Amino acid sequence: MTDQNKAPNAGKVVIIGAGHNGLVCAAYLAKAGFEVNILEARHEVGGAAASHEFAPGYRVSSTGHLLYRLDEQVIKDLDLASHGLEMAASDLPTVALGSEGRHLKIHDDRITGEDVSREDRNAFMAYRERMLRFARIISGLDDKIPPRIASGERADNIGLGRLAWSIRRLGKKDMREFLRIAGINIYDVLEERFENELLKGALSLDGVLGTHLGPRSNNSVFTALHRLGGSVNGKQGAVAIPRGGMGAVSEALVKAVEALGVSILTGAEVGHVEIENGKATGATLVTGEIMPADYVISCADPKTTFLKLIGPRQLDAGMVRKVSNVRQKGNAAKLHLALDGLPKFTGLEAAQAGHRLVVAPDLEYVERAFNHVKYGEHSAHPVMEITIPSVHDASLAPEGKHVLSAIVQYAPYGPGSDSAGFEAQVMETLARYAPGIREQVVASELLTPNHFEDRFGNIGGHWHHAELALDQFLMLRPVAGAAQYAAPVDGLYLCGAGCHPGGGVSGQAGRNVAQLISGLDK
Amino acid sequence: MKIIDYSDRDHYKTQAFQTPFHERAAAFNQKHCWGRWKDYITANTYYDTATEYFAARNACSVFDLTPMTKHRISGPDALDFMNRLVTREVGKIKPGRVGYTVWCNDAGQVIDDGTIFHLEEGVYRLCSQEPQIDWLMTSAIGFDVDIVDETHDVAGLAFQGPTTCAVLKLMGLEGIENLTPFGIAKFDLDGFELTVSRTGYTGDLGYELWVAPEHALTLWDRLFEAGALHGIRPIGSEALEILRIEAGFILAGVDFLPANEAVRPGRTRSPYELGLGWLVHLDKPYFTGKRALIKEKENGSRYVFAKLNIEGNKPAHQSFIFDKRQKFAGTVTSAAWSPSAKVNIALATLEAPHGKPGDQLLAEIYYQRELKWSRVMAPCTVVEGVFWDPPRKRETPPPDF
Ligand SMILES: Cc1cc2nc3c(=O)[nH]c(=O)nc-3n(C[C@H](O)[C@H](O)[C@H](O)COP(=O)(O)OP(=O)(O)OC[C@H]3O[C@@H](n4cnc5c(N)ncnc54)[C@H](O)[C@@H]3O)c2cc1C
Repeated sequence: MTDQNKAPNAGKVVIIGAGHNGLVCAAYLAKAGFEVNILEARHEVGGAAASHEFAPGYRVSSTGHLLYRLDEQVIKDLDLASHGLEMAASDLPTVALGSEGRHLKIHDDRITGEDVSREDRNAFMAYRERMLRFARIISGLDDKIPPRIASGERADNIGLGRLAWSIRRLGKKDMREFLRIAGINIYDVLEERFENELLKGALSLDGVLGTHLGPRSNNSVFTALHRLGGSVNGKQGAVAIPRGGMGAVSEALVKAVEALGVSILTGAEVGHVEIENGKATGATLVTGEIMPADYVISCADPKTTFLKLIGPRQLDAGMVRKVSNVRQKGNAAKLHLALDGLPKFTGLEAAQAGHRLVVAPDLEYVERAFNHVKYGEHSAHPVMEITIPSVHDASLAPEGKHVLSAIVQYAPYGPGSDSAGFEAQVMETLARYAPGIREQVVASELLTPNHFEDRFGNIGGHWHHAELALDQFLMLRPVAGAAQYAAPVDGLYLCGAGCHPGGGVSGQAGRNVAQLISGLDK
Repeated sequence: MKIIDYSDRDHYKTQAFQTPFHERAAAFNQKHCWGRWKDYITANTYYDTATEYFAARNACSVFDLTPMTKHRISGPDALDFMNRLVTREVGKIKPGRVGYTVWCNDAGQVIDDGTIFHLEEGVYRLCSQEPQIDWLMTSAIGFDVDIVDETHDVAGLAFQGPTTCAVLKLMGLEGIENLTPFGIAKFDLDGFELTVSRTGYTGDLGYELWVAPEHALTLWDRLFEAGALHGIRPIGSEALEILRIEAGFILAGVDFLPANEAVRPGRTRSPYELGLGWLVHLDKPYFTGKRALIKEKENGSRYVFAKLNIEGNKPAHQSFIFDKRQKFAGTVTSAAWSPSAKVNIALATLEAPHGKPGDQLLAEIYYQRELKWSRVMAPCTVVEGVFWDPPRKRETPPPDF
């Protein structure tokens, strides 16, 4: 089926990888009149934005479980609602799990809980407002091609000017504060403002989730801002659970691209990009089959794209070194529990079981959890972001049963990744807040960065494909010289989470590169 | 004898090393005029520059080039590695042959120039002015190669001048006269291996002699014994400077800034901008800088490398070059009075489109007479060929003496 309105023959595109970014990219290009083929190594589509059945009758989001960055323009442009995307819950509050049931509930700029002072409550209102405002400076660039520095090109100068202006417009006081904190660590920033340990611990988690950072690492404020940049149903900073889990986003995207005439080939692992006279001419499957194209777009992570699909021999040595040095070792693991009933968390009302529950009791705890992974070990006392999506979405578990999905940090990537030993420790941590939970477990699974690498083909198994940090952001993402989506091979582009504006289920990289290519074509 | 023994915990106390020839070189160096060359001290001059220069042009000269950076590259991917590293097609350099080349960074700017010795099938030695281990290791990502810095494991003498072949024959190197330019041959000298390449930095008939450091003194002695009646003399870097400018050879750090050392944008040069476009083989598979060089070829270069013939006899060291309307056109990078060509010569980097053969320019030369500074605007002409290019450089066998 092809869309009658589209411009015929804009060109032939091959997209390597049916990650959600690849799917979004395909949809925009198909709309612009390109003939698009997606080659996906796995037998499932959607990449890491997936749901899977890990025990008979129990389904969870395979990696990410909370939607907070999916670009609302993408939802609209691709009509994802009519293709079945629906939120089972949106705007979830966060509960910071405290000892002996002394929890804190954080929602928007309000905190409820016994132990939190009026000063902290007020400080939090100001903090939240400011962080949201600062986050908009960063997210304001989400739909732009990152400007290059000193290229002498007008478009780049305008881009840099716009960034400078968005900071300047904050006014003197906030501009100074933005510049002061954007690169530093969230530990200091929270210590300056709050006294409640549990509050500080929970807030610090937003700065370290999905990264190789502890609260005391520089960049952890930036990561928190990146997370706060997105919105759900027009509300900035909200988090939601898609009905059917994260895989539902991919399912809606697949319907959208299929309606636009895109073909998706699964079980089609690309071995390398065909390059003739410095120009990409197609993708060659590991079976040897060549899929010719005018444009080749890779949704794979930077190391896979550069070092495997293009290969050092087609690249400048300096570029190969830069890509080799990209930090992309993941530290986030996933715990999936099939439970024969709703778990009982001490001091938590049943109505709150569907909230976003976090285990990050204080800043020291989070920092200590991080320490281990620096030395290739998993945390003895991990931090967790827990959801029980079956509270909102009965389709995920048999009647009366539940699934628990938790992001657990820190798990090392590489040889230290012994998930069995880790799982016991994770369960012990969990049981501290939900003492009876072990008895409720019907089946369980703990996935580490190595598992993600195996499953989803991204080297390092990192949440963002490549560490999200200021030195790997904007015009430096994944590396300078390839940060405008164009690889240094003519006709070859990048569209995965390793490019601007980073990972999370957002569709932004895919959308941006599609717009770049359809702009070129005009 | 290892020159550098890293297991020696006091090695850091040594400011500079003596080359394995030092004992002999010192005996000749009446003026104790030493200079620093990388990790070593070597002679700037032994007697006086003119005497040494004329030894090289009219008889034979010995220059200690041990400090030159040398890397050995081998392993299954050695050829592919070399081809990705340098701009020229390395597959055309057969075993037993040497090729001059440059290599570039990603932006197509020259990192260094040097020679590739194809020592034996798949084993290469890269000789260069600047240490390259970092760049070689960077370039090795994705290649199955072994890279060894053998700078300190190979002692070398440049033996240059019209009588060199005759002297080597006297030294017993049988068949040396059949060695063609850029050829490599191995000989047994008193039971150790002597590698001889017909290469050099003087633009004349000449050879480079390579041995393990422990045999350095024997080589020196045998060479000077054989050359006694053929005008053999050691020469220092000052004489070599004139010789190489006459021959039109560029020097890293003088005629171009190695790209990996550059801080300011626009200070580096591409091969095209150094007159080395003939070394860039755009028709071979990808090599570092190729994309940038293709683009430069399409869009034009910023600079032109030029050889200048300058009126008068005042060397145009560091001169500014102007066009006829007195507009800035470039600067001199190397200059000398050429005793053989009897002209005032210079190498210059000019802004494009200046620098076409025959272009008439002006060199602003400052000079001193009895402490009084004066300035001339000396007319100069861009010339095409090099200033010294005797037929014997190419002849095999070379003329006998
Ligand atoms: C533990 C964890 C928790 C996370 N939590 C959240 C969360 O709560 N919320 C959120 O928004 N995000 C979360 N994320 C991040 C989010 O899942 C990813 O950033 C996002 O899914 C990346 O999408 P992508 O399309 O860019 O790449 P991917 O989804 O990685 O897609 C790349 C695709 O390319 C394919 N591919 C690779 N190589 C080849 C080849 N040679 N040939 C063919 N195909 C190939 C792969 O199979 C894959 O399908 C989490 C990630 C992890 C790991």
